[in-house]
Amino acid sequence: MSDTSKTVAELAAGLEAGTYSSEELTRAYLERIRGAGAELNAFITVTEEQALAAARAADQQRSKGEAGPLAGVPMAHKDIFCTRGVRTSCGSRMLDNFIAPYSAHVVEQMGTAGMVCLGKTNMDEFAMGSSNETSYYGPVKNPWDTAAVPGGSSGGSAAAVAARLAPAATGTDTGGSIRQPAALCGITGLKPTYGRVSRYGMIAFASSLDQAGPMATSAEDCALLLEAMAGFDPRDSTSVDRAVPRYSQELTGSLEGLRVGLPKEYFGDGLDPDVARVIDAAIDEYRKLGVEFREITLGNTELAVPAYYVIAPAECSSNLSRFDGVRFGYRCENPQDLEDLYKRSRGEGFGAEVKRRVMVGTYALSAGYFDAYYLKAQQMRRLIKNDFMAAFEDVDLILGPTSPTAAFNMGERTDDPVKMYLSDLYTIAVNLAGLPGISLPAGFSNGRPVGLQLIGNYFDEGRLLNAAHRYQQVTDWHTRAPAAFA
Amino acid sequence: MSLSDEQVNEIAHLARLQVEAGAVPDYARNLSDILSFVETMSAVDTTGVEPLAHPLEMPQRLREDAVTEGNQREHFQAIAPQVEAGLYLVPRVIE
Repeated sequence: MSDTSKTVAELAAGLEAGTYSSEELTRAYLERIRGAGAELNAFITVTEEQALAAARAADQQRSKGEAGPLAGVPMAHKDIFCTRGVRTSCGSRMLDNFIAPYSAHVVEQMGTAGMVCLGKTNMDEFAMGSSNETSYYGPVKNPWDTAAVPGGSSGGSAAAVAARLAPAATGTDTGGSIRQPAALCGITGLKPTYGRVSRYGMIAFASSLDQAGPMATSAEDCALLLEAMAGFDPRDSTSVDRAVPRYSQELTGSLEGLRVGLPKEYFGDGLDPDVARVIDAAIDEYRKLGVEFREITLGNTELAVPAYYVIAPAECSSNLSRFDGVRFGYRCENPQDLEDLYKRSRGEGFGAEVKRRVMVGTYALSAGYFDAYYLKAQQMRRLIKNDFMAAFEDVDLILGPTSPTAAFNMGERTDDPVKMYLSDLYTIAVNLAGLPGISLPAGFSNGRPVGLQLIGNYFDEGRLLNAAHRYQQVTDWHTRAPAAFA
Repeated sequence: MSLSDEQVNEIAHLARLQVEAGAVPDYARNLSDILSFVETMSAVDTTGVEPLAHPLEMPQRLREDAVTEGNQREHFQAIAPQVEAGLYLVPRVIE
């Protein structure tokens, strides 16, 4: 069946109309994952049996008239979300044998909505990477060009949605890990405000930055998914107790008179001219919709990446200390003593990039260096937030590129961590400030997708989604699928 | 900023990470590059700037000090590398 090219909203309507059953739909996607999609390596685990059982349950619910709007629609979870009874690897050898004993809040929420989980998607190890090349399970290929990376860390989710192996997927975004792969794979991905979606059961990387969000082909789908994902959860101490708007009902607003800021720092050196051309064209489209643009300045942009590479590694070195080879996860063979058990379990269980970040964090937090690194980075974080707050005095949204370049080739940046880190130049500041951001497809550079980023004020996801949706009503970039997987 | 092989070994020890001797120079080079990169922050005067730890500056929520979860020891220990009689086993610590 060719319905695998449809959006979540269309599939939900098709299920409601009885055009197909959830079981038929689920089988069609499973076939794509096993067939044409297999070469992309987008999935770490395909949960075929559970998916079919969930699909049949959704079909029964629907026949009784008890189904919610998303019931029976297939999707995939990034393998960072604990899924009870299913291996949850986080892309690491450390958790290759980890069968999660409980489910993440996000997994529960999607389950309650009746969505069918097809499997767990590939990702950079512990979400540390911008190219999906640090996964223990091997790199994911970009469906638009299999020589290119899909971006990261939610590279498997982005590639799966782009290749129509799943109509939607979850991702997590600590420094750009939803938006950057969404941009590089030509799909739509939303990072909500920090605290909007519960982090419970989401394997922690940098707890003051981590946020889960939806990835799909359209802003409308992201709105539907965020409605299902978001909400207060007392089990996450940073979850925000605030009503969840009906985002999907907020998409029709006019953009006439909407004030959008263009940060001059996002259009300077380092921005690929092809990407700049695509973003300029998108700005013209938005002008036609009545948007008023004004130049703004986010003066500390250049220092966001350095500040991030202190804060994120510091928090990661602390979070990853739980992996000790004692209670769960990988344990080395024949440990000689307790120290040997710790060192070899961690040394053998973690890959090179994870080790680098744990060591950077350990160093930054060690005696005598704390003020120079961690405290300094937190002060920079304040200045970065202040820049955004000043900008939002004059504008409603901020617009720019998601990433400075389109997808780069596999292997191109693996030898130079700092060069890799700069792929997140325009996304990282948003995490440091805790703001929501969305990436949507806006064109191509040499056949590879280019993403447009919109940044909103705190809890302004509705306005972001509205602005993204209106753009998608007058353009068709988001409907394009890679020819090999159309 | 340039880290010596010795410093890398010391950091690896603090982080309880085994790093193969042959890989130490590569880590020294990569970590030095990363630290030099993050040190560009020092160009900014942050005197008197209050550090920001939580983006929304929310205090931690408190709750009653009450038991909220039942005992699931067997369920959780089912995935442990080595357990005996409900206890996690590690190499002998006290001779």
